[in-house]
Amino acid sequence: MMAIRKQLIVEAPAERAYRVFAENMGRWWPKEHHIGKSPLQDCIVEPRVNGRWYEVCEDGSQCDWGKVLTWDPPRRLVLAWQLNPEFRYDPGLVTEVEVSFTALGPKRTQVDFEHRNLERFGAAAERLRKEMGEGWGQILESFARTAAH
Amino acid sequence: MADASSRHLEGFAALADPTRRRVFERLAKRSSSVGEIAATLPVSRPAVSQHLKVLKEAGLVTDIAAGTRRVYRVDPRGIEAMKNYLDRFWDRALAAFKAATEKETDS
Repeated sequence: MMAIRKQLIVEAPAERAYRVFAENMGRWWPKEHHIGKSPLQDCIVEPRVNGRWYEVCEDGSQCDWGKVLTWDPPRRLVLAWQLNPEFRYDPGLVTEVEVSFTALGPKRTQVDFEHRNLERFGAAAERLRKEMGEGWGQILESFARTAAH
Repeated sequence: MADASSRHLEGFAALADPTRRRVFERLAKRSSSVGEIAATLPVSRPAVSQHLKVLKEAGLVTDIAAGTRRVYRVDPRGIEAMKNYLDRFWDRALAAFKAATEKETDS
């Protein structure tokens, strides 16, 4: 399984870390990383299993990013990231983002992060390539554009 | 890992040139020889060869001998580029998350 793993220590209680991550995502999400046409205003994770994970743009439009797979505050959050390599919402694609919060003290929390099933991007990209006949050129171009920020 | 990511940065740089990107996109549709690419794009054969050389060095295309000619095709390792992109993205995002969490006072 292809995955990205990160671990960090946050100087805050686990409850706050979970809340800021899941319920105040718009406060910290890098603004330029979004898919709507109008500038990003907020990112919303609906606080329940099967809740939507979506962005709200300044013009009021919304774009789905995925959904909530596990909602277990203040310990564990699992989100389905359903954006394909072209950053379009694809309900047929599920890559998982899991975030675990472990209290190390009253104001110290260990955060374990994993974004897994990345190999599924391969199949999604291959499907795109067949459907659109455009292949990696456009995909890499969109990476180049976003990665340049 | 460091090698793989600098390799893909090279890939992005290689695609910054619009003509080179057209050559690359042409290959993404169909594997082709230098002559076939030059016939469908307003680019001379030597220029096509030069673009292919850069794309090949950036790890974006590979070539195989087919009889007397060489056929170029896209190297389908873009999944690595996606991984590297997300890896950098999450580093930034999690650092911002940490800062936002620590900035807040207890409520």
